[in-house]
Amino acid sequence: SPAVLLLQVENVKLLDRYASRKAASGTLYLTATHLIYVDASAEVRKETWILHHHISSVEKLPLTTAGYPLLIHCKNFHVAHFVIGQERDCHDVFTSLLKLSQPVKPEELYAFSYNPKMSKESREMGWKLIDLKLDYQRMGIPNDCWEITDINKDYEVCSTYPPEIVVPRAATKAVVMGSSRFRSRGRIPVLSYLYKENNAALCRCSQPLAGFSARCLEDEQMLQAIREANPGCPFMYVVDTRPKLNAMANRAAGKGYENEDNYENIRFKFIGIENIHVMRSSLQKLLEVCEMKSPSMSDFLTGLENSGWLRHIKAVMDAGVFLAKAVREERASVLVHCSDGWDRTAQVCSLASLLLDPFYRTFKGFMVLIEKEWIAMGHKFSHRCGHLDGDPKEVSPVFTQFVECVWQLMQQFPCSFEFSERFLLEIHDHVYSCQFGNFLGTCHRDREELRIFEKTHSLWPFLLQRKQELRNPLYRGFTAYKELQPNTLPFSFQ
Amino acid sequence: MEFAELIKTPRADNVVLHRPFHPAVEGTLCLTGHHLIFSSRRRDNAEELWLLHSNIDSIEKRFVGSLGTIVIKCKDLRIIQLDIPGMEECLNIASSIEALSTLDSVTLMYPFFYRPMFEVLEDGWSSFLLEQEFEHLSSVTNEWRLSCVNKDFSVCPSYPPVVIVPKSVDDEALRKVALFRYGGRFPVLSYYHKKNGMAMLRSSQPLTGTNGRRCKEDEKLINATLRSGRRGFVIDTRPLNVAQQARAKGGGFEQEVHYPQWRRIHKYIERFHILQESFIKLVEACNDQSHNMDRWLSKLEASNWLTHIKELLTAACLAAQCIDREGASVLVHGSEGTDSTLQVTSLAQIILDPRCRTIRGFEALVVREWLQAGHPFQQRCAQSAYSNSKQKWEAPVFLLFLECVWQIHRQFPCSFEFNEHFLILLFEHAYASQFGTFLGNNESERAKLKLPQKTMSLWSWVNRPEELSRFQNPIYEANSLVIWPSVAPQSLQLWEGIFLRWNRPSRFLEEAEEERINIIKYNKELQAKVNVLRRQLAEMETDGEVQEEE
Repeated sequence: SPAVLLLQVENVKLLDRYASRKAASGTLYLTATHLIYVDASAEVRKETWILHHHISSVEKLPLTTAGYPLLIHCKNFHVAHFVIGQERDCHDVFTSLLKLSQPVKPEELYAFSYNPKMSKESREMGWKLIDLKLDYQRMGIPNDCWEITDINKDYEVCSTYPPEIVVPRAATKAVVMGSSRFRSRGRIPVLSYLYKENNAALCRCSQPLAGFSARCLEDEQMLQAIREANPGCPFMYVVDTRPKLNAMANRAAGKGYENEDNYENIRFKFIGIENIHVMRSSLQKLLEVCEMKSPSMSDFLTGLENSGWLRHIKAVMDAGVFLAKAVREERASVLVHCSDGWDRTAQVCSLASLLLDPFYRTFKGFMVLIEKEWIAMGHKFSHRCGHLDGDPKEVSPVFTQFVECVWQLMQQFPCSFEFSERFLLEIHDHVYSCQFGNFLGTCHRDREELRIFEKTHSLWPFLLQRKQELRNPLYRGFTAYKELQPNTLPFSFQ
Repeated sequence: MEFAELIKTPRADNVVLHRPFHPAVEGTLCLTGHHLIFSSRRRDNAEELWLLHSNIDSIEKRFVGSLGTIVIKCKDLRIIQLDIPGMEECLNIASSIEALSTLDSVTLMYPFFYRPMFEVLEDGWSSFLLEQEFEHLSSVTNEWRLSCVNKDFSVCPSYPPVVIVPKSVDDEALRKVALFRYGGRFPVLSYYHKKNGMAMLRSSQPLTGTNGRRCKEDEKLINATLRSGRRGFVIDTRPLNVAQQARAKGGGFEQEVHYPQWRRIHKYIERFHILQESFIKLVEACNDQSHNMDRWLSKLEASNWLTHIKELLTAACLAAQCIDREGASVLVHGSEGTDSTLQVTSLAQIILDPRCRTIRGFEALVVREWLQAGHPFQQRCAQSAYSNSKQKWEAPVFLLFLECVWQIHRQFPCSFEFNEHFLILLFEHAYASQFGTFLGNNESERAKLKLPQKTMSLWSWVNRPEELSRFQNPIYEANSLVIWPSVAPQSLQLWEGIFLRWNRPSRFLEEAEEERINIIKYNKELQAKVNVLRRQLAEMETDGEVQEEE
């Protein structure tokens, strides 16, 4: 039961978008964490719970004959349309929600008060459920070419990387430190995934501080070490996931991309995924299309096209497919970056791993993948999801796009995932819910400072408990499909 | 005519067959009177492709040196390519295919030559007689009768010999009404809603002309379906201005003054030639693999195909709503009453009547509302989306109906006894078939061609248990309710099973289907085991009680 009741309003209607005649009528409660609506008109008690953290906007609409409408949009795309009898009540709910849905301090986040009555030991066990070291072991690391190093234990290499990273054995401390000074925010090339079959590696980093002509010997040695860790292939790919124009513009700011002349045997390639701002406005347009009142087919399709959403999904998917192919078919190692290497890079590296390795299509594997490529490598969940009142320009549906790509893969390969669409939705909900510590903050260091490992719960054991309802009944098992080679022609996207 | 005259090169070796998503295969090509046969005898991968000439929509030929290439586009939307060595052979083969795929006489079509290799358990030609339907109806109401007024097809050439009409209207009156309706298509019963006794009628437009001609018998006929004091709805599938313009050509619509108990609703459904253009555009878009996302979406939008689907479903929902929600009788017609009218009446029945969602019930619906009701299959399905001939009577009217059924099926996946393959099968056979079912434009033509005597019915084949099992929906659970589909754009999808099936690998989707069937089978086995164990337990308990009593 929710601890404190802040507000209770009677005679509230909840409009049903699809059956306008059947508006429910009941009572609305506000607690410290949730908005709860209890439908009094239904035969069976029906409750609608909306987490304050899920609310992205609250809007007062003009007065209607039924009362004062309040429209609530949620980050998980739920839309609730309430009509409140009294203006005073409506205003109270409105102002309370505005405050409650925009926490300012991290301590106000739900995870710090969420108490599922669990022993201290089980809570701590929960945090140990996903062990990234085991995943590297699965890839055969450490081995002759790659090592796990704690060189970043004091965050001297990079403040947004975890303390332990995987780098080529051949890269000395001097090379690592040197390279870190040449990469934006010190995000040096590290291993993301090693394809054991042929030793081709997927690595990630941020853009080099190359400007128009700067070069860095250590960074060049770093790339050489990565290339030489895969003796089966004489070259390596360096993939910049940004549109070429964006990358070139960055050169003026002293950043940019690798000059092929300075690095030995690299093949450089742009992939052209748009930046977070384009993605944010694309989602906004898509949502507007979905909310149109009785649109014609033509309005809908034109709107869908103009939003560009599926174009971006395809671009991310194409990039993932390119990486997987390079690794599997060309046996080439690939180094991927964008600007900071925490958005587009996270998307395409995790997607490529998912295509290459059936482990990541299991419950446990998918959790590992998210912990590894997103959480550990410093995807700024807190900013991208707008957990706290902050810069709205930092918000962007980068993770949502990744989840959709996985969903698209599920449509093409219905038997190859252990989990169902519902599992994806659960994760997506909790990325925004702040109920669990996993997605709080922006990087490992941040989470340590927030002391989430001591004060909050991890999401994964809770999801594993519900495995039965989240599993895909069509799953054919771990060995049924190895690599996935999705069709990325436009009509393959739904 | 001998087919041999048309086949100058009956056989070519070292022909290479190309299909999307399959490796090219080399083999032998043979032409017969009705088939194009390609066979490869490769030890590792022997395969045969049989293609009916009547399935070929268009062919293109081109040459590189003496190597000829023929691209064959089929009515089922598949595209294959054959590389044939030798210019003369290639030209001969191409011209044979062209001639054999465009035979102008129906009696030369394959169904007249086809000899089935299976035992006929039930003759499909007599599986769905209107008399049986009437018997079913008589068990719930006696307000209707079977009329044989059209037994020699003289009253209405596009109607079957028997029709169901209100009991209170005699044959003499029907003859008069027929003169007042376009093509003699007087209002007949399409569907009777047992739940509330409301009826859905269909007809063609009334011939009111510019001077507002009326026909008392027509008014009496449709009024006979109304409950006293209740109104009925006329759903006209033309926009008001088109209906008004039709008066100048002798057609028209029911005017309020003469039909005071009826409310007219104009629910526009596109005419068939517009649909054909839309079909061609959509297929073009689906076959062009060079599109980027924006181009694909704008082509999809520009084809207007999904708009037609949405309009059609909306009209069907409206008809169903009038009957089920408003408790009113409904008369549906457009101009001729052979296309959009049938789309609406048959889809409304899918929504309203759970019987139509079973395999047999759906077959009966297709027979009753399409074949017997005189949808001109031969004209509409003469060519498909690749045809260059600009014949104005070709149109994917039936395909649109099937796709709407598929859309509803997607939204109610457990409510249909049949699966998607069954709908695809009907699409294929409507365009090219070894069976006579879809030949001819109406029952009168079918009688003249003696199809029931000379050809095999599709239903004779498909209703055999071995075939039927392929078309069963594993997750079917009979649902006796009315099912209301959503017509919001978000709820409608392109029918991949028809439009993209040759352009995408299907292995993974087939495996999913297999998995679904296995799960259901396993579940049934477990259920059976549970039942056996329960019974054993019950027996042991009663035994125990007996022993205790002793």
